[in-house]
Amino acid sequence: MTVDERTAAALPATLAKGDPGRNPGMPLDLSMFDGHAVNRQATERRASTLGGRRSVKKAHQAAWLVNAIRLVDLTTLSGDDTAGKVRRLCAKARRPLAAHIVEGLGIADLGLTVGAVCVYPTMVPHAVEALDGSGIPVASVATGFPAGLMPLDLRLREIEWAVARGAHEIDIVITREHVLRQDWRALHDEVRQMREACGEAHMKAILATGDLQTLRNVYSASMVAMQAGADFIKTSTGKEGVNATLPVSLVMIRALRDYGLVTGHRIGFKPAGGMKQAKEALAWQVMMREELGRPWLEPDLFRFGASSMLGDIERQLEHHVTGRYAASHRHAAS
Amino acid sequence: MSIQEILKDMSYGPAPEDPSIVHEWLASRPDGFGHFIDGTFTAPGTTFEVQNPATGRVIARVTQGSAADVDAAVKAARKAQPAWADLSGHERARYLYAIARHVQQHARFLSVLEAIDNGKPIRETRDIDVPLVARHFYHHAGWAEIAVDELPWTEPYGVCGQVIPWNFPLLMLAWKIAPALAAGNTVVLKPAEYTPLTALAFAGICAEVGLPAGVVNIVTGDGETGAAIVGHEGIDKIAFTGSTEVGKTIRRQIAGTGKGLTLELGGKSPFVVFADADLDAAVEGVVDAIWFNQGQVCCAGARILVAEAVASRFEMLLRARMETLRVGDPLDKCTDMGAIVHPVQLERIRALVEQGKAEGVELHQGSAPEGCFYPPTLATNVEPASVLSTDEIFGPVVTMTTFRTPSEAVELANNTRYGLAASIWSENVNLCLDIAAQVKAGVVWINCTNVFDAGAGFGGYRESGFGREGGREGMMAYLRHPAPSGPAVELARLSAVPHDGGGTDAIDRTAKLFVGGKQSRPDSGYSYAVAGPAGPVGLAGLGNRKDIRNAVEAAAKAVGWGGATGHNRAQILYYMAENLSARSAEFAARLEALGAEPSAARAEVEAAIRRCFWYAAQADKFDGAVHQTKSAHVTLAMHEPLGVMGIVCPSQAPFLGFVSLVLPAIAMGNRVVTVPSQPYPLAATDLYQVFETSDLPAGVVNIVSGPRDELAKTLAGHDEVAGMWYVGGAEGSAMVERESAGNLKQTWTEADGARDWSGRDGQGRGFLHRATQVKNIWVPYGE
Repeated sequence: MTVDERTAAALPATLAKGDPGRNPGMPLDLSMFDGHAVNRQATERRASTLGGRRSVKKAHQAAWLVNAIRLVDLTTLSGDDTAGKVRRLCAKARRPLAAHIVEGLGIADLGLTVGAVCVYPTMVPHAVEALDGSGIPVASVATGFPAGLMPLDLRLREIEWAVARGAHEIDIVITREHVLRQDWRALHDEVRQMREACGEAHMKAILATGDLQTLRNVYSASMVAMQAGADFIKTSTGKEGVNATLPVSLVMIRALRDYGLVTGHRIGFKPAGGMKQAKEALAWQVMMREELGRPWLEPDLFRFGASSMLGDIERQLEHHVTGRYAASHRHAAS
Repeated sequence: MSIQEILKDMSYGPAPEDPSIVHEWLASRPDGFGHFIDGTFTAPGTTFEVQNPATGRVIARVTQGSAADVDAAVKAARKAQPAWADLSGHERARYLYAIARHVQQHARFLSVLEAIDNGKPIRETRDIDVPLVARHFYHHAGWAEIAVDELPWTEPYGVCGQVIPWNFPLLMLAWKIAPALAAGNTVVLKPAEYTPLTALAFAGICAEVGLPAGVVNIVTGDGETGAAIVGHEGIDKIAFTGSTEVGKTIRRQIAGTGKGLTLELGGKSPFVVFADADLDAAVEGVVDAIWFNQGQVCCAGARILVAEAVASRFEMLLRARMETLRVGDPLDKCTDMGAIVHPVQLERIRALVEQGKAEGVELHQGSAPEGCFYPPTLATNVEPASVLSTDEIFGPVVTMTTFRTPSEAVELANNTRYGLAASIWSENVNLCLDIAAQVKAGVVWINCTNVFDAGAGFGGYRESGFGREGGREGMMAYLRHPAPSGPAVELARLSAVPHDGGGTDAIDRTAKLFVGGKQSRPDSGYSYAVAGPAGPVGLAGLGNRKDIRNAVEAAAKAVGWGGATGHNRAQILYYMAENLSARSAEFAARLEALGAEPSAARAEVEAAIRRCFWYAAQADKFDGAVHQTKSAHVTLAMHEPLGVMGIVCPSQAPFLGFVSLVLPAIAMGNRVVTVPSQPYPLAATDLYQVFETSDLPAGVVNIVSGPRDELAKTLAGHDEVAGMWYVGGAEGSAMVERESAGNLKQTWTEADGARDWSGRDGQGRGFLHRATQVKNIWVPYGE
């Protein structure tokens, strides 16, 4: 069976079936991406026109922004992170909106929180403690984030260390060299081992697309990461020159769609880095809805890796509630 | 809906564009709109209703233009034209620049008005139509400024009559008016009866910027008003965009009037997807091709041709994409497809699809609301003979057919009487450019579709019309090379009745026809006597329609000539010059026998040799261009030959006239079927031996002597002939233009005897311009 035939055969089943469970990965299969064409201009055109094709206004816009909060991996990944900083972030994660905005929106009984809190490994214990009882998962970056150029055994131990301290999700970075040299076997082996090291913790594979440059590389790396068992694929560390963009995201979510069409498994997507505005939260959600459908607007399949976007969302929602434009100093800092 | 409810389904909700300012504007004309003539709005006359197709509500009344209205508009345009043309380019540029600025200032107003009037979604009017309108005026402000330097030896036509369609009302107006004004013409424009409102708003902008009265005149009305403009004797050039059927009617209507004509007509454009294409990109391409503007797009990619190897996956992806298209309220910002322009058009779409269904095609349709809407439709299992494959539907209906090899893709792509556009999808640049060169289309989009820019030419091959809009080639549609005119030389009736006397000392020579590289006897079996000043000098074959048929067939077979390099063609032309030179005495003697003075005869042969050199030089230098359009796009404007051309030569200057017409045509890669001077064909037929000894491939030049107008009529009516040059009488010119309407071949007619073939008028770029058509190939790049 060719990939095409498999895809075509799998389509109705995928549309009909519910979630078949966590992606177990599969052996490396080059036929699923080798020679797969990605046209740069066409991808950019689709990405740039999506915003003009869909628009959410008024109550709908407010709802979409509230939803975006559910999807945020509230993040701090700085050299100067401290226990205090992480505790403050966690407090914001528990109560992402000021009480009067929650009330004004009529969502008090929703128990709105962000999707997760994302920190460096040594900050995991602080976050776990601060989020105790909230149900908010702690995500830890690992594997020598952000460059990943550490011996593999140390990277695997880092994962185990973070998981042992209570991280529910691990954001790993791939070795870009394997992609740039097209050593797919090495990439698959490595990510496979990372997935095993994660155990029950869900694994998000950061491709660092800004380093991979070409969209074909992005598609291939996405596919290999999923074949190696990634639960999520994620664009960026936030430290590359170019972080999450809509065109790159489009390529990645088409890759995860194609993976799902062949295997039946649903993979999550996480754009990260550089997204600061509420309207970006809308643009990405529109893209997910249009390209993948409603299920990808839930935190089990879609997250934003962002730190300052939440603040802009809160300001927009206050405007929705009060009709007046808001100032950030009147909202709780994170 | 509460926030919590919305969170469940994450629906988009309504996102309406506020139309109140437009409604206020419409309400300010309770008695309806008049025309815009001579700088002022006339009082409303007999009016008709204009509807919003999405709601069926009447939104305005506009005036049905009468013959008197048209006459007043033409008079105003005529009066204004000399002063407008006399302005410096810079002064005209300032007006066009002001128009562009004002279009931008009123962009939202125009977008909303267009959406209400036409039914197309606000996303398109706001993001595509209106920005392109502004861009068009900016671009042509530039042409006004520099035309005198960049396009020398040309002059404006004068008064242009312009009739535009309802699918892009304001954009088509801009495509017509901007170049016309830049070139120094004045215009009388009629918008379509379904969608006249943005043209009237544009008239307001003309007044706002203080455009001199009479430079732009807008007359509203239906087809009758359009016919009055087309038929008005005060108009020098007609530009029409619309159906092929009406285009042909116009071609016939103005045949012989001397009016210039450009036509931008229908299409049934192929959308070719190769196995190595980015299929997701191609699927999105289909959305932009056929579900853009409800498929009411002349260049819509209406026939998907997909490689068998990826057909099932492509269809799966395409059908999944169809599910997410939203059809509905044009003013909602989440609408992908709005209303069909008018119930009449909706009926036409329905009827054609029903017919297709009866032929056995399989339909896959999205959904559409009640009213004047039609769902996105994919037709599979379609045979090439199906009405859905052959007829322009002008609706959101696309067919899908598979192919096996690139050559089969080309064959299917070109299996149409149209030739407007083509879209080619493959990641292999070798394949893309190979196919782009082979498709018969004026616009080729590689890995994209329906991309427009004022800097590139747009227009068709074959029955999609002729002339270009946009870019340098578009300016040439509003400028003409000054052509001599005058009464044509009357020809004596040709007789094949044998007669006596006038024997010569030389061995008798009877010129045969020259077809497919061989001398052949005329089908009629008759010859006619060729007279010299002192009686007959020989006999020439009496060609008839069958000889023309054979000659066209031979020319059609010589396809290799168009594909040869300019260098190769130049070499043959140089070789012809060499052989001509070697036999110059013989040719001079022939011309003397036909009555030329010895010195004039020698000069004529010398001029012919020089002309061979000049066109040989041009063969690899009459370049196309790389247009400045969008970033990360190479837009190639390629000069391509027309194909098979019919050339009817002047009776006077029987040698140099023939040479002066044939050389530019073949230098550009055309194959020609010529009718030499009826009374003096021997000077041309003597060239057989030059052709034969110069390695000119068989079929490139064919000569059929005989009764000029009878042969011209057969050529003009032949569907394989793509272009026709006719130097002859007024009646013959009219006949050629009329007959050419059958396949809309490009024509050039001129009075026999008006031109001095020996002088500077006998050669030039104008000949090359007429011997070529421009193909614009869009190549986006980026990895």
